[in-house]
Amino acid sequence: MGRLEAIRQDFPLIVGRPDLVYLDSAATAQKPAVVLEALQQFYLHTNANVHRGAYALSMRATQAYEDARRSLARLVGAQENEIIFVRNATEALNLVAYAWGLHNLKPGDEILLSEMEHHANLVPWHLIAGQTGAVIKAIPITPDGRLDLDGLDILLTPKVRLVSLVHASNVLGTLNPVAQIAALARDKGALVVVDGAQSAPHLPVRVKELGADFFAFSGHKMGGPTGAGVLWGRYEVLQQLPPFLGGGEMINEVFVDHSTYTKPPQRFEAGTPAIAEAVALGVAAEYLMNIGLERIWEHDRELVQYALTRLDQELPEVCTYGPRTADRGGVIAFTVGGLHAHDVATALEQYGIAVRAGHHCAQPLHRKLGVAATVRASFYLYTTHEEVDRWVEALKKVRDFFKVWL
Amino acid sequence: MSLLDELYRETLLHHYKHPHNFGELAGATVDAQGDNPSCGDQVRLMLRLEGDTIAQARFVGQGCAISTASASMMTDLLEGKTISQALRLAQQFKAMIVEGSSPSPELGELSVLAGVHQLPARVKCATLGWNALEEALG
Repeated sequence: MGRLEAIRQDFPLIVGRPDLVYLDSAATAQKPAVVLEALQQFYLHTNANVHRGAYALSMRATQAYEDARRSLARLVGAQENEIIFVRNATEALNLVAYAWGLHNLKPGDEILLSEMEHHANLVPWHLIAGQTGAVIKAIPITPDGRLDLDGLDILLTPKVRLVSLVHASNVLGTLNPVAQIAALARDKGALVVVDGAQSAPHLPVRVKELGADFFAFSGHKMGGPTGAGVLWGRYEVLQQLPPFLGGGEMINEVFVDHSTYTKPPQRFEAGTPAIAEAVALGVAAEYLMNIGLERIWEHDRELVQYALTRLDQELPEVCTYGPRTADRGGVIAFTVGGLHAHDVATALEQYGIAVRAGHHCAQPLHRKLGVAATVRASFYLYTTHEEVDRWVEALKKVRDFFKVWL
Repeated sequence: MSLLDELYRETLLHHYKHPHNFGELAGATVDAQGDNPSCGDQVRLMLRLEGDTIAQARFVGQGCAISTASASMMTDLLEGKTISQALRLAQQFKAMIVEGSSPSPELGELSVLAGVHQLPARVKCATLGWNALEEALG
């Protein structure tokens, strides 16, 4: 508890709001002071554009930006030149969809997704399928919220050119066996994309061990500022990839009527990037690595098991979704009797509990679960047992308040 | 708990669990959809106009207590109103919810939703059906 209390002291918003139980870290994480300081320090002392100035300040800005790239590479076990700075996981997935999908998919080719995908890993493929004539298929989920791999052999036809899957579900908490699926998919010659928005902030990720070709994640879910995220791509694949956006900083030579492009990762970073945000994201990555991703993952899992046990024992009206295995992330989606998720969330807010209600950008999953909306509580490294207790106790009061209407 | 007590009163919960005018309207002359993409709530409003007057109003959809009760009470109130009266009610309702104006007596039991003004996250729920109405008649 001493260590957890010390971690909480690193987060000014949390320190400043003892009345608030913030259980929405899966949407965005709170920011440690070192990240906020890094943003300000950059603008106070280092601000200049990167990769172009013929003066020391610009060299320093470039240095800071490239140091951040190195930190992010270390976080996920990648080479520096495989880390592309983007806005967020959504942009990373769109980059793959447009730079690879648009040029490589033909009518009748298949894109294999799953029923538990976030809209960020569905809609870009819808757009690409619409333009290329590719067909989208989905791995179904089991009743307890895991990928149903029984039919995977049948789904993985020779026509499947791309498999794109969520690593950790933002609704079910499920940690998917992407390494196992990636191995099968690559055997069949398919490209493998992993949406790591909910995994990279919470557990040790080694992209090379996942066996994927691309791995996308957002910075703001790991304590970094909004506006900076990462696409990791296997270098050999990146080398073959045409640019997604064109502009400054991504070119080799430009003529009036054509241009040649520079090497990855700069090829995919057109225009002035979110420099200060990327630098601060690098600081967030270092902060997480100092604490230890293994430790954060352990904390998440332990809190989830604690919360699920309390809910099971004390609140039979609460229905939770997702697997009951020990290997699930710090996310619990639930419903209370026949109450609508929004009404439950509003009631919880009266007790200072901040949760999200809705479909959490996973409408196909909610359709499959047979509910229009769920309430979601999500945890992070600063979440305490006491906060879980406050949430469960508030939930009991909410249940009592709506008792007649359950 | 005061805000909850104030908002989730018997009237509101009754309309939620037993919404009035719920179901398809055969012979509807106006059909409009209100969507709240952030939560997936939907209200489809159907009106049968006779000349300038709303002869019948019904709705279908799925939503929370606030959006469902709001649509239920709204359809109760709309029947027999002219188009311009209906649009005025929509204005008065939104003034109450968005700006926090004290409820116009014409809104009748819809005044139970006045507390939504203090819950910015729920304004869209309360106005879902009314947006469909404005879309249909505006």
